[in-house]
Amino acid sequence: MIERTAALNIVYASLQEVFAQTGMDAPAALTEDTVLVGKDAVLDSLGVVSLIVEVEQRVEGEHGASVTLANDKAMSQRNSPFRTVGVLTDHVVAMVAEVSAA
Amino acid sequence: MSNVSEKPVMLVTGSRKGIGRYLCEYYLQKGYLVEGCSRGVSDLKDPNYNHHEVDVADERAVRLMVADITKRHGRIDVVLNNAAIASMNHILLTPAKSADRMLSVNVTGTMLVCRDAAKVMIRRKYGRIVNFTTIVAPIALAGEAIYAASKSAVVTFTRILAFELGQWGITCNSFGATPIMTDMIKGVPQDKIDAVVNNLAIKRLGTNFDCANVCDFFISPSSDNITGQVIYLGGVT
Repeated sequence: MIERTAALNIVYASLQEVFAQTGMDAPAALTEDTVLVGKDAVLDSLGVVSLIVEVEQRVEGEHGASVTLANDKAMSQRNSPFRTVGVLTDHVVAMVAEVSAA
Repeated sequence: MSNVSEKPVMLVTGSRKGIGRYLCEYYLQKGYLVEGCSRGVSDLKDPNYNHHEVDVADERAVRLMVADITKRHGRIDVVLNNAAIASMNHILLTPAKSADRMLSVNVTGTMLVCRDAAKVMIRRKYGRIVNFTTIVAPIALAGEAIYAASKSAVVTFTRILAFELGQWGITCNSFGATPIMTDMIKGVPQDKIDAVVNNLAIKRLGTNFDCANVCDFFISPSSDNITGQVIYLGGVT
């Protein structure tokens, strides 16, 4: 299991890492409403790929849970689980709970 | 984050016997920490070898294997995707289940190992992936339609993978061997093997060392500008 606050911090830290690695402009402030996918997104498509990999690695490194965020369930949802920081955080919490229960 | 091993780490799939087993021993001698996997138990005993009983077509099992390697070594430098199954049948005698299983292991299995290993390689911005194909695809060998189709898919997959992973210093190449005397071809009639060999530029069976020789080239740190390529033995193009 992972606390939501911890998951949110991982998403924030991962975003900062992706901005640093890609040289993309980071917005002045990151919030749970920061858009990650689609119109008004702060990342391009490759940035989203990098973010997901970074979040997975941090979850594994810091919490020992090996998760695949882009799983069948996630990719078939009508609304992307990666669309905002807050939604991605909820997805991380759910995925960690799922592998912990397995 | 886990500690990072000083020695380079290699993952070889289909490592229990045949070419995979040879490559494990070959690269152990060259100083690699070798992680092997196959559906069965391995009798390879070496302090620098670790075996995983994993079906590469099992998504969860592959993820857990890569997580275990990462936990112990903190890095994966090289992947040799050798695991494959073949069922040599005329297409009119090929059951759908047999075709599904070949595609699952040879294509999806290769994809899963590449995907999860690449996520680890990205951390160090370095990686070498070699996916094994076969000459029976370009020579269109009758009796191997599904196996050859699966290996053609591996070549195309690898070419695109090279573009998707190149930005992280990961090279992806394919290697196609000529017939080598392993369990995979033990059921193939000798006259059929002879016919294939007689049509090669170099008219002999392949050897395990032929495979290692090509892998040496692809995985060399100096080969950082060699990606998306396929090398076939014996003059096949």
